[in-house]
Amino acid sequence: MIQFDRVTVTKEGRTILSEISLNLSEHRIGVIGNNGSGKSTFLRLFNGLERPTTGSVSYKGEDKTDLRQHVGFVFQNPDNQIVFPMVDEDLAFGLKARKLSKPDIKARIDAVLTELSLTHLRERLTHQLSGGEKQMVALAGVLVTRPDLIVFDEPTTLLDLRNKLRFMSVLDALPHPAVVVSHDLDLLTGFDRILHIEDGHIINDGPPDAVIPAYIARSTC
Amino acid sequence: MLTELYVPGQSPLHLAHPALKLGLLFVYCTLLFVIPHPGALAAGAVLVALGYGLAGLKASHAVMAVRPAFYVLVIIFAVQLWLEGPGMATYIVARFACLLWAASLVTFTTKASEFIDGILAALTYAPAWVPKAKIALAMSLVWRFIPMVRGIFDEVREAQSARGLGRNLTALFVPIIVRTLKSADEISEAIHARSLED
Repeated sequence: MIQFDRVTVTKEGRTILSEISLNLSEHRIGVIGNNGSGKSTFLRLFNGLERPTTGSVSYKGEDKTDLRQHVGFVFQNPDNQIVFPMVDEDLAFGLKARKLSKPDIKARIDAVLTELSLTHLRERLTHQLSGGEKQMVALAGVLVTRPDLIVFDEPTTLLDLRNKLRFMSVLDALPHPAVVVSHDLDLLTGFDRILHIEDGHIINDGPPDAVIPAYIARSTC
Repeated sequence: MLTELYVPGQSPLHLAHPALKLGLLFVYCTLLFVIPHPGALAAGAVLVALGYGLAGLKASHAVMAVRPAFYVLVIIFAVQLWLEGPGMATYIVARFACLLWAASLVTFTTKASEFIDGILAALTYAPAWVPKAKIALAMSLVWRFIPMVRGIFDEVREAQSARGLGRNLTALFVPIIVRTLKSADEISEAIHARSLED
């Protein structure tokens, strides 16, 4: 679905990602690596938040500049992703940007709130929600835009165990392909493919049972 | 607090167009001033009370509406008492309270997004160089992030108090400013990710 062709990202003379070439078509892809390894920059390329310094990122074979039409982004901290004071207003934000009509906006919000069992939050003030509820609202804000692919940047870092388990079950049930950057290796065990990034390079790429033990061994030695 | 003023509901006042509510508020406030009579004030008070009832609001909402201005009302009352006597002092303070209750009735029944849509509608005929969508977004961000900045303030104050630096302004404001600016960067990025513009 997404192809990276010799993608390099440099900032202020420092190479963040170097010559990344990948073809990503699996349903669930995990990305692991130490802090500062380039994972977040890699993720931001999917949504066009970051542009390659050289190389290209293409979607379904086309070098698209409007990746945001197709790729939703769930940030680590939902507090920084939720823009409006009320839940239903926030969910409408991305849809208004896409110039949808009011009935369409309402129908989509209704559908997603029902799908995620969040209808009771519809008229709640966003700053009064719990951390777990905020993360689900942030996900709902992405789902209403009906993306083809969703990328998650450390989505469980700020969640307690109960909310983490709930998030994992929601993620598991999502029909959308997903790319997840996480330090939470439990989250990634059932994934189809894991990429291990180190110093801007992909040093390991394969199924979780091969990549995760190697990553742990490398981190603990 | 600003962000807590909306009270969800489906009353006729909730469903009324914001422009209509603002227009009626303007007329109501004007009439209270142009008819300086206790009878008109009493009628105004009854009207606003009916509005609270119609909107399903409680007495606590009415208290919440005037609480921030309590000390101002006390000062006005004291000054009028000294200048004009108890009758006029009571009349002026009651009129001020009615204005606050009426204005709060509008904010209690109108979502931030409806206000913003109203602002966008009012800017329909503004020159093309006026960034209408950005003005509306900026207003919604103010609404949304006041509580977040207050949360950051509380967290930093507690952390610095635990270090014995509760009264040190540098220790208080430097982390607040740094965290707020960092959040601003991330918020800006999230807005770009969720909208379709660069």
